[in-house]
Amino acid sequence: MKLDSMYQDVILDHYKNPHGRGLRPGDAEVHHTNPTCGDEITLRVRLDGETIEDVSYEGQGCSISQASASVLNELLVGKDVAEARRIQETFLELMQSKGRIEPDDAMEEVLEDAVAFAGVSKYPARVKCALLSWMAWKDATAQVLSERKTA
Amino acid sequence: MTIQLPGLLDTDAIRKDFPILDRLVHDGKKLVYLDNAATSQKPRQVLDVLAEHYERHNANVHRGVHVLAEEATALYEGARDKIAAFVNAPSRDEVIFTKNASESLNLVANMLAWADEPYRVDHDTEIVITEMEHHSNIVPWQLLAQRSGAKLKWFGLTDDGRLDLSNIEEIITEKTKVVSFVLVSNILGTVNPVEAIVRRAQEVGALVVVDASQAAPHMPLDVQALQADFVAFTGHKMCGPDGIGVLWGRQELLEDLPPFLGGGEMIETVSMHSSTYAPAPHKFEAGTPPIAQAVGLGAAVDYLTSIGMENIARHEHAITEYAIQRLQEVPDLRIIGPTTAEDRGAAVSFTLGDIHPHDVGQVLDEQGIAVRVGHHCARPVCLRYGIPATTRASFYLYSTPAEVDALVEGLEYVRNFFG
Repeated sequence: MKLDSMYQDVILDHYKNPHGRGLRPGDAEVHHTNPTCGDEITLRVRLDGETIEDVSYEGQGCSISQASASVLNELLVGKDVAEARRIQETFLELMQSKGRIEPDDAMEEVLEDAVAFAGVSKYPARVKCALLSWMAWKDATAQVLSERKTA
Repeated sequence: MTIQLPGLLDTDAIRKDFPILDRLVHDGKKLVYLDNAATSQKPRQVLDVLAEHYERHNANVHRGVHVLAEEATALYEGARDKIAAFVNAPSRDEVIFTKNASESLNLVANMLAWADEPYRVDHDTEIVITEMEHHSNIVPWQLLAQRSGAKLKWFGLTDDGRLDLSNIEEIITEKTKVVSFVLVSNILGTVNPVEAIVRRAQEVGALVVVDASQAAPHMPLDVQALQADFVAFTGHKMCGPDGIGVLWGRQELLEDLPPFLGGGEMIETVSMHSSTYAPAPHKFEAGTPPIAQAVGLGAAVDYLTSIGMENIARHEHAITEYAIQRLQEVPDLRIIGPTTAEDRGAAVSFTLGDIHPHDVGQVLDEQGIAVRVGHHCARPVCLRYGIPATTRASFYLYSTPAEVDALVEGLEYVRNFFG
């Protein structure tokens, strides 16, 4: 059934048992919303030099948006910023593919659990849900780095 | 088994008028369309008139001397007559065509922004709305308040989804210039007590604006009985095409108040230094109007009238009563809004345990059931009841008890899917 391509077990698992949920100290905090459906996330990023030490978040929203934040936490914490950006860009490319990208081994290696969202890209109304936390992370990280520059 | 409820219309016959209701979706599932508060489907009688208009009568209005221009003008102005009769307007010249209810409400706000005394809204005056407004009846007034320095006030809501009018004398005061409120809430379904609000507004000399977007499609609408000064609604929710809305306004107000949009059609004479304006309604209809859409709305009004607005209201009341009863059988389901069908329209919002409405809507869609999910352009209502969003099922003259049953079964499936 088509629905199963969106609601993969991996996604439902992350939704029911989210990783790293809850707000912890960070270097920058952002609040992003999805105005069409009311999904919200508050997200903090803490960096140690170039390494992402923590991504903490609190929010409300659908299974897709919540699972996506959990996958992000699992995937990005411990990576350095440049690598995390590559992952974020790959995820964005997959989500904007309208279901046309069939993730290959190379993509799977980069995205790990996040490849489970490939099916979501077929549902235009839900792509924004999947991207919410990733856009918030990108924004928060940019804030930390720009504050560092001006400091 | 076919369920019989008192007051139901012959939906077998009515559904034949709506070709889209025969559509199969998602590999052969029957469409169950329960998103009527967002937009209604269109009967063949309206679709045919739209096609015929473009095939036979298309021309710009009010400016040609050729036969098509005359036909198009007669059809456009004929639609105005039909809508005037539909809302029992004292004069056809009180019916202004806009593109939707949002534009109608923005038009009123802007008339008042630029008006002279005694209508002018400025600092030291107050605007009153309610917490259950659609964003289209909040934001235009916020803009007016910010730009004019006026104070924006509102009625709160009771726990059971009704307006809290207990402090009406503190909310509507001598400083109030305009009170704008929704007749039927698009998210809660509540039908509001017009009389009490109008009486208080008249006491203090405030203008009354009624957003009838969710009323005009579903029940008899009589602008004289409402005693409002302005009434706004939109065509696409009442079997008409999109791109056409209506603002009804009392004639002497339309004569006194200034135009908002300037352009062709709304003028009497123009020089490089100044212009004079056409009388209402043309004063408020700058530029080429939505001609075919107005004609289509006229056809929609004919269609609704042939069935009878009283009959439609009775049908929807029966369906809503049945839906409220069946929905309350679903475990963990909480109706947001009145839990009886009294003083209630045919939109029913609810939450389903912790399952986010987006997920509810997606899994229902897979079964062919179309509902709306989100905050329904009424985010303050969600904040008031401490919920991020709702799922909303909304009914119309072609909705059946079997579709309510399909929804309830669909929700059971949703619960199992995320259970």
